Amino acid sequence: MRDVYVVSGGITKFSKASPNKDFRYMVKEAFDYAMNDVPNLTLDMIDGSVASYFSDHFTRQLMAGIMAQDYLGLCPKPSRRIESGGATGGMCFQSAWEAIASGRLDVCLAYGFETMSRVNTWKGNEFIALASDTNFDYPVGGFYTGYYAMMVQRHMHEFGTTVEQMASVSVKNHGNAMHNPYAQYPMELTIQDVRNSEMVATPLTRLDVCVMSDGAACVILASEEMARKLTDKLVKVIGVGTGTDSMRLADRPHGDVILLPHEKKEDYAHLKYPGVHSFRGGRMAAKLAYEMAGITNPPKEIDFVELHDAFTSSEIQTYEDLGFCKYGEGGRFAESGAAGLDGEVPVNPSGGLLACGHPVGATGLMQAVFALWQLQGTIEKHFGNDRLQVKDARRGLIHSHAGTGTYITVSVLERGF
Amino acid sequence: MADVKKIKVPETQEGTVVYNLDPLIVKSHYEIDYIHSYAQDSPFFAGLSAGRLMGSHCPKCGYTYATPRSHCMQCGAKTDWVELPKEGRVHTWTTCHFGSEVFLPETPFTLILVEFEGVNTLFLSRLIGVEPGRAEIGMKVRAQFLRNSKFLPTDVYFVPA
Repeated sequence: MRDVYVVSGGITKFSKASPNKDFRYMVKEAFDYAMNDVPNLTLDMIDGSVASYFSDHFTRQLMAGIMAQDYLGLCPKPSRRIESGGATGGMCFQSAWEAIASGRLDVCLAYGFETMSRVNTWKGNEFIALASDTNFDYPVGGFYTGYYAMMVQRHMHEFGTTVEQMASVSVKNHGNAMHNPYAQYPMELTIQDVRNSEMVATPLTRLDVCVMSDGAACVILASEEMARKLTDKLVKVIGVGTGTDSMRLADRPHGDVILLPHEKKEDYAHLKYPGVHSFRGGRMAAKLAYEMAGITNPPKEIDFVELHDAFTSSEIQTYEDLGFCKYGEGGRFAESGAAGLDGEVPVNPSGGLLACGHPVGATGLMQAVFALWQLQGTIEKHFGNDRLQVKDARRGLIHSHAGTGTYITVSVLERGF
Repeated sequence: MADVKKIKVPETQEGTVVYNLDPLIVKSHYEIDYIHSYAQDSPFFAGLSAGRLMGSHCPKCGYTYATPRSHCMQCGAKTDWVELPKEGRVHTWTTCHFGSEVFLPETPFTLILVEFEGVNTLFLSRLIGVEPGRAEIGMKVRAQFLRNSKFLPTDVYFVPA
């Protein structure tokens, strides 16, 4: 396999509704931003692309990927569409990585979008819930927040995690987003604000849950030879991992914990794993990515993380799955400030899904864009302020997550200059 | 030769629902019926109509599934149908105050994952007869069945035992 570099990225501002632009226009806007950031790159140098969008229902348009390809002027070059629920963007990133690593393409564009405002919120919830088993799960619950609420109720029962610890994640991420001009809902909040907002599914309130969005994001990946021609701020993809789990939450078995490089079997002698409180697919994705990247102590060797915080609870569960703390300690990790901007591992310095929004197909690529800018040290250039720039960021992790943890990707990026 | 002035599409009285002019936003309705087969899972739904909760048991590795699957997730073998107990315990729960569109009229409703003695996986269901937000992990629950089956997984629901 060849080394793969991320050379540029672009993103639209995420918003509740962008009726002035359809998905093609939004992708074009993100794409032009990325192209302008690497002036040596011309359209003819792009060998192909991968399109990322979650649900055909939101556009009521099949083959929307080719419409973006055509709008960008990339026809008749190769392209394909990736779909893997909430992890679509992360999977698209990895698919573009594969295209370069395999030698098939030298420069590959990964673009993603979702225009969720084309239906009302409750209908959008229905489209999303159709990503649960439509024989057994959708007709009973039909609501993803409900599924996640059940997971965290068990997490609270097993480990003593509190609603205030969850709320602290919302406070952190919405607060970070105050300095991110691309974020949909920047907010200064208190833990009480989060708890006082409307209950959605016990114990998750409206401010524990991300929102629906319109938006697009894209990144451009290249081989080393091409990357060196395009930028002197090289960012290398040093590890990729993907994991899966059963579609039905009820089917999650109990077995041995998948151990990360810095963990021992004795650490989890009494843990029933994964149960419904942990994401086995996330563990697998992290383990594979860490092995490829040669990371032996994740909390020490990762400088920041952009992870899939669709719910405050899932950010806490994900701290544990990525090995930033032991199982059961995610709540305490959150309240300790370790995931804050100045903490041990800044998590979602951008504001994450909770505050940036979650236009599903764009989300995993949004993380790649923000991680790229962090590692290039260019947050000030792109955000207009440097408040979210993680100092001396050398290595960042992006994490994309679908279903109740059914598809999960972890990719590790490293500064290469 | 035809009179070209008379060749016209007939005009109708229906119009387009317009929400906004700039940009132009119009209503677009979409509806469909599916011919959905429960295929190999059919005996589960038939079981509900007879007041039976059918799970799957793997004769090869001994694993028992509370939600049916015809092939074992652990070893790949073909499973046998097995009737599950009528009583279990709440493994976890939530009360949904919002939902997707079709479920909105039912809110708030309580969801549970049920654990059964001797069964390796859980079962997703509704809990009825408990105040919103008042379910508890570990509480004993009992299956009840709709008399007029709809052949949906909601034909079975649980009540406090």
